[in-house]
Amino acid sequence: MDKTGRAEETLIYRIAGLSKVYGEGRSAVHALRGVSLDIPQGEIVVLLGPSGSGKSTLLNIIGGLDRATQGRVHFHDQNLSEMTDVQLTRYRREHIGFVFQFYNLMPSLTARENVELVTEIANDPMDPDEALAMVGLEERVDHFPSQLSGGEQQRVAIARAVAKQPAVLFCDEPTGALDSTTGRAVLQVLKDVNEQLGATVLVVTHAASQAAMADRVIHFADGDVREVVLNREKLTPDQIEW
Amino acid sequence: MKGQALAIGMVIAMGVMMLVMMSGLVASLTETRAAYYERYRLADIFAPVTRAPERLLQRLAAIDGVGTVEGRVSGGGLIDLAASDLPVQARAVSLPDSQDPTLNAVFLTEGRMMDSNRRDEILLLQSFARAHGLRPGDHLTMTLNGARRTFRITGLAQSPEFLYTTAPGEMVPDDARFAVIWMHHSALAAAYDMQGAFNEVLLSLSRGAKQAPVLAAVDRSLAPYGGLGAYPLADQASNRFISEEINGLSAAAVGVPPIFLAVAAFLLYIVISRMVQAERTQIGLMKAFGYTNAEVALHYMKMVMLIALGGALIGCLSGIVSGRAMIRIYTDYYKFPFLVFQLEPSSFLTGVSVAVVAASGGGLLVLRRVFALTPATAMHAPAPPDYRQVGRLGKAVNRLLDQPSRMVLRRVSRQPVRMAGAVIGIACGMALSLSMLTIFAGFDRTVELAFGVVDRSDVNASFIHPVSDKAIYELQRLPGVMQVQPIRVVPAVLRNGLYTYRGSIEGIPPEARLYRAIDTKLASIPLQPGGITLSRSLADVLHLAAGDTLQVDVREGRQPLLQLRVTAIAESLLGSPAYMDMDSLNRALREPNRVSGAYLAVDSLAADAIYRALKDMPVVAGVSLRADASLAFRKLMDSGAGAIRYVMGAIAFVITFGIVYNTARIAYAERTRDLASLRVIGFSRGEAAFVLLGELGIVTLIALPLGAILGYYLSFGIAAGFSTDLYQIPAIVDPGSYGFAVLVVVSAAMTSGWLVKRDMDRIELVSALKTRE
Repeated sequence: MDKTGRAEETLIYRIAGLSKVYGEGRSAVHALRGVSLDIPQGEIVVLLGPSGSGKSTLLNIIGGLDRATQGRVHFHDQNLSEMTDVQLTRYRREHIGFVFQFYNLMPSLTARENVELVTEIANDPMDPDEALAMVGLEERVDHFPSQLSGGEQQRVAIARAVAKQPAVLFCDEPTGALDSTTGRAVLQVLKDVNEQLGATVLVVTHAASQAAMADRVIHFADGDVREVVLNREKLTPDQIEW
Repeated sequence: MKGQALAIGMVIAMGVMMLVMMSGLVASLTETRAAYYERYRLADIFAPVTRAPERLLQRLAAIDGVGTVEGRVSGGGLIDLAASDLPVQARAVSLPDSQDPTLNAVFLTEGRMMDSNRRDEILLLQSFARAHGLRPGDHLTMTLNGARRTFRITGLAQSPEFLYTTAPGEMVPDDARFAVIWMHHSALAAAYDMQGAFNEVLLSLSRGAKQAPVLAAVDRSLAPYGGLGAYPLADQASNRFISEEINGLSAAAVGVPPIFLAVAAFLLYIVISRMVQAERTQIGLMKAFGYTNAEVALHYMKMVMLIALGGALIGCLSGIVSGRAMIRIYTDYYKFPFLVFQLEPSSFLTGVSVAVVAASGGGLLVLRRVFALTPATAMHAPAPPDYRQVGRLGKAVNRLLDQPSRMVLRRVSRQPVRMAGAVIGIACGMALSLSMLTIFAGFDRTVELAFGVVDRSDVNASFIHPVSDKAIYELQRLPGVMQVQPIRVVPAVLRNGLYTYRGSIEGIPPEARLYRAIDTKLASIPLQPGGITLSRSLADVLHLAAGDTLQVDVREGRQPLLQLRVTAIAESLLGSPAYMDMDSLNRALREPNRVSGAYLAVDSLAADAIYRALKDMPVVAGVSLRADASLAFRKLMDSGAGAIRYVMGAIAFVITFGIVYNTARIAYAERTRDLASLRVIGFSRGEAAFVLLGELGIVTLIALPLGAILGYYLSFGIAAGFSTDLYQIPAIVDPGSYGFAVLVVVSAAMTSGWLVKRDMDRIELVSALKTRE
């Protein structure tokens, strides 16, 4: 038993003394100031905080998109800080799914093809149609992004991210560009992915209400963790106030 | 954006530089020539005559339209250079004994004029003196009118009349193989038995006088004295040659830079439209703040103008610099004693305006589309591009392709106009490079044909005057001479209505093997008895085709007027010859069995002995070696108007690269976000690059055949621009050129791909993703 009172957890990330500095000298910006944090496997984790607090920077570093100035990040036993670019690419390819605020779909590919883009290079992918069915888009698999609404595009992005059966799903403001109905639907998909695939889901948001659906809420301010709160009672996405 | 702006600026600069340099060259050469002619009073009309009394000069001066008249003695001679086994042909020209000539003055570059009391003093043409290391004070042995004498060189001179000197019977000017000497009139008249007489009249026209009536009047006056036909400056050999060279440059100056500029303008348009498209949100925002369309347009135009004007300015400056460098080479080459450097102000104006118009046209066209939107719509990110129309590739095709390949194919097929733009851009670049390479090959081909197929002899001997064909037997008897082919060359004016050409007719025996008329397939053309065969360039000048009739005004002997049927058109790349069956020609002249020269094939081991024997034969006026002529010809093509081809070739390569690089940059700029997304998903650098470079590859592949076709047609235009009266440059299909052009484009594509990929590898994934479309 640890101090949170939970059963012994497997940690997916162990973060120690992580700093990120942009620029040099007087104009240097400290985005992260020595963050230390453990993230257990299989949880929905929400990183909350005002913009500029460092939450996206943290997500980018542990997602293998950026490098820390100092400190270590362990993914299971692997030290991300020591990986080469090629190794980081492999890490993203095999273990990580990303969902961004602006969807980042390939406009020239249909919904299914956007998913196939990932399944073609993944080790143990889902069937693309199954992934799209998970996000409720089985009817629109042959549509191009230009034929889909914002919420639908975001669900394709999620399907694309989960189709490789990632260990971790990173979502940076996934509902930032969406209205409440579509936003809730997207959050529901994230919850389903967490439950059905057992993937750890990390959501970065500045919408405090979304924290209610998380297992764990990490509050960020001024480049460091202010508080880690464990939710004993989780709300479902449709219970969340928007 | 910086690299791209630079690349476009460079392409513009190259186009403008080309324009400024070429038109500056043409203007400078034209001005310098005019100034040189004027300062040394070059005659407007030249009239050779057998022998006319000096009193006739007064009558000639009285002709309406004639300004000044100068009679002089002029004759051929042979110089015996101790260092050479070959005799060198020369022309001796008289200068008045005690005053400056009123026409055709000479420019003394070294030494002094002849002493009027000394008959053995001469001036020597500077270029010949230089070629043989002769200086004032040296002596020169010469055979004039059969008498061998030694002269003392008092000075070296240049003359606008002899900028180019070509020995009679030869095509290619060569400083070393033809000399001009000037002597006092009394001395030269004595040598040629012309006391109190002259055999050439120079005339200038009074202001506003018409040339044709004066020519006719001069011919009438000289006819009783054996007038050989007056001709204008335009037909004078040296002037004709230099005019052709300047015309060649001028044609290239008019024809080529616009192509370069058009390509630059096209690129600019593509890039600016892309840039404005990308800034659409900011434009919406500016409009929301209350900026007017005009103010927004001005903002973007500033940047566009910066590139356009910057490029144009660099082009103008480098045009001046390279023009100045080139003109120095040309001045030397054309033997002008001074240089009037002239810039063509209109070329700056043209260059700058083309750049500005293209740039602002491109910018405004796109801005108009953005202005049509309300600020609110403009501020929104545009919807994802619609791929519905081209989406279904067909199941069979789909099965074969992975997603990245589909992305490449769909993008190419979704924006056919833009892709066509890129394809046409690269194809234009390739066409430029290819046509220049074709021209390089064309020059080589001209030399090859002229000295390998048309003329297969080793030695060409010309006789002092037409002699009996017994001379041929004499040549055949020389040890080491393997073949001899006689030739009869007759000066003539060829006329077809308004079109005339002052040249000669070459009589060739039917079994000719060493010097022949050839057709397009390089086979000998059998010369029909009684007919005439024209070279293609001559047929073009005279507007004649096979089957037409040609009027030939013979300028030798009895000077008969002949009507001849054109029986065939021959390929010729050197000069503009007209061929006849030798016996028919002699019959028409009523001078049977006469020859004026011979082509020889000799055993190289016996060559020196043969040259010495030729030098001693009194009938031989000049001897030229094919190897020398070929070398002189190549030198001529590499230093005259032909030299510009290397500059143009280099520019073509630079532009080709600029185009390909821009195409790659544009594609990259449009896809930064997609590429970043691919990297995030877990695509390696190489895999992500495939999506971008695959597109460049396809565009390049499509552009290659198109560029080959465009280049094929373009090469005709450029070849015509480079062809002169002296030589014709064929637009040939040379596999080597095509291969090399493909190599140029492909290596440009690979280098551009590598440069873009390098940038792609440095891409900040995070920031690229955060930007909206």
